[in-house]
Amino acid sequence: MEQTNFQLKKQDAQSHEWDARLHRATRATRKDWIGRGISYLCIGVIILVVASMLWFITSKGIATFTQNHVSLWKFLSGTNWAPDQGNIGALPMIVGSFAVTFAAAIVATPFAVGTAIFMTEISPNKGRKVLQPVIELLVGIPSVVYGFIGLAVVVPFMRHLVGGSGFGIISATFVLFVMVLPTITTMTVDSLRAVPRHYKEASLALGATRWQTVSRVILRSATPGILTAVIFGMARAFGEALAVQMVIGNAAIMPKNLISPASTLTSQLTTGIGDTIDGTLPNNALWSLALILLLMSLFFNALVRFIAKRGQLKNGR
Amino acid sequence: MLKQYSFEKTAVQTFPDNVSLAMRTENLQVFYGANHAMHDADLGFPKNQITALIGASGSGKSTYLRSLNRMNDNIATVTGKIWYHGVDINEPNVNIYEIRRHIGMVFQRPNPFAKSIRENIVYALKANGIKGKAELEERVETSLKGAALWDEVKDSLDKSALALSGGQQQRLCIARSIAMEPDVLLLDEPCSALDPISTVKVEETLLELQKKYSIIIVTHNMQQAARVSSQCAFFHLGHVMEYTPTATMFSNPQIPVTQDYISGSFG
Repeated sequence: MEQTNFQLKKQDAQSHEWDARLHRATRATRKDWIGRGISYLCIGVIILVVASMLWFITSKGIATFTQNHVSLWKFLSGTNWAPDQGNIGALPMIVGSFAVTFAAAIVATPFAVGTAIFMTEISPNKGRKVLQPVIELLVGIPSVVYGFIGLAVVVPFMRHLVGGSGFGIISATFVLFVMVLPTITTMTVDSLRAVPRHYKEASLALGATRWQTVSRVILRSATPGILTAVIFGMARAFGEALAVQMVIGNAAIMPKNLISPASTLTSQLTTGIGDTIDGTLPNNALWSLALILLLMSLFFNALVRFIAKRGQLKNGR
Repeated sequence: MLKQYSFEKTAVQTFPDNVSLAMRTENLQVFYGANHAMHDADLGFPKNQITALIGASGSGKSTYLRSLNRMNDNIATVTGKIWYHGVDINEPNVNIYEIRRHIGMVFQRPNPFAKSIRENIVYALKANGIKGKAELEERVETSLKGAALWDEVKDSLDKSALALSGGQQQRLCIARSIAMEPDVLLLDEPCSALDPISTVKVEETLLELQKKYSIIIVTHNMQQAARVSSQCAFFHLGHVMEYTPTATMFSNPQIPVTQDYISGSFG
């Protein structure tokens, strides 16, 4: 009896000890809290910054319609851009932006896909050792340099070739083509490399030629990735301001052809930004242009996500 | 430590002239850069029989198999001769695409394309210029029947091939190969990713297919070799050590290394 009691007591004491040991915080757990805290803080700050930027641009951008009582339809469809006189038809810039973006993407995509196929399928070694660094270098060149080259080379060339001033959509397209080419190429290369090797082997073992394998199996299964690459390229082209501003001519009029001066949303923003007074219609109108840019970039993002999802469905169905 | 076996003592059968061979290799050697992966393989493969290539990992059997339809091009250097219908198809100027139409291959991992079942089979046919809708339909049906898959998929030909089970996918890969109506079918460990029931189905399919095709199969599974093959070659560290009728190899191996391998007391 005596002994059992003793044992019980001892057990109690032990279990008490364990209770304390298993509940106390150690150095490791404290570090855990700190790490988590820092991480939450960072994400909190970023969310705050993004949210306030969205709110700021949106509130400023819609002031044109709420304070200055310009109708949204007139803003989107009007072709007369003279904010000083109260005319803010943004259609010329919208058309200009879309024109250079699509034209650059259409011209760049075949070159990018061709280069990517060369780098992954035809000559993977040279692709990795020579072309990859070259293309990565192209990505890193600042846009002002592209614009400068455009101004010094492309514009005079166009002037010589087709007459006029040389400034215009075609010059902007050319500069943007060079700028988006590396973006589309690198991303296409990634998506081609991600195609499982066994697809290629299966196709070759069936007697398909290399070209048939590339065109019908590899490109097919890389299509979602290539589309994403093109959209990223378009997003870059749509948002590019400086280089475009330097070569497009900055005339806020409806573009009648590819070789007369025009303007884009971004080029109009950079051109007009210094000349307006905060709170006035010309200033608010620029914010509205910025809002369109923001919405477009959201749209491009959503498109990329949509394609990624569809691609997954297709491969995993 | 792996036991040292002499590479001098080999037992490789040759076939008399009255046995017609689907393929034959002569002094076939394979190099991966400086690595000599396959030494002097002289093997003949009788028509309409299943020949099994067995051996441990790294013995060179898959390397050898992949050389037979030139899948090692750009990967390894293959020297020696590969006779097929009296032509050395290891010469650089032969049309490798044409070779692969006649010598089909099925891989270790089932690798159907991310397309429908029908598209998987039609793909290679279209790539080779067969366009008639009726003919394509017919080939899909006959090849799926040949691979013993037709009854399971005939109502869902337009479903994604990736939705099939592993065993079904592998039989689809076999169907895809035989849709090209090849002479020879090379299979590189076709059952190693499959469960026993699927394995049995694939084996039954192969036994049926040997009536029309000559089959060469690489396998890790000695029971499988014993079950399906008529001839059996044992590879060891890049050498063909023994090549005999399967019954002989498993009941009366000719040399010590084969004896040790098949009895499991290897190394």
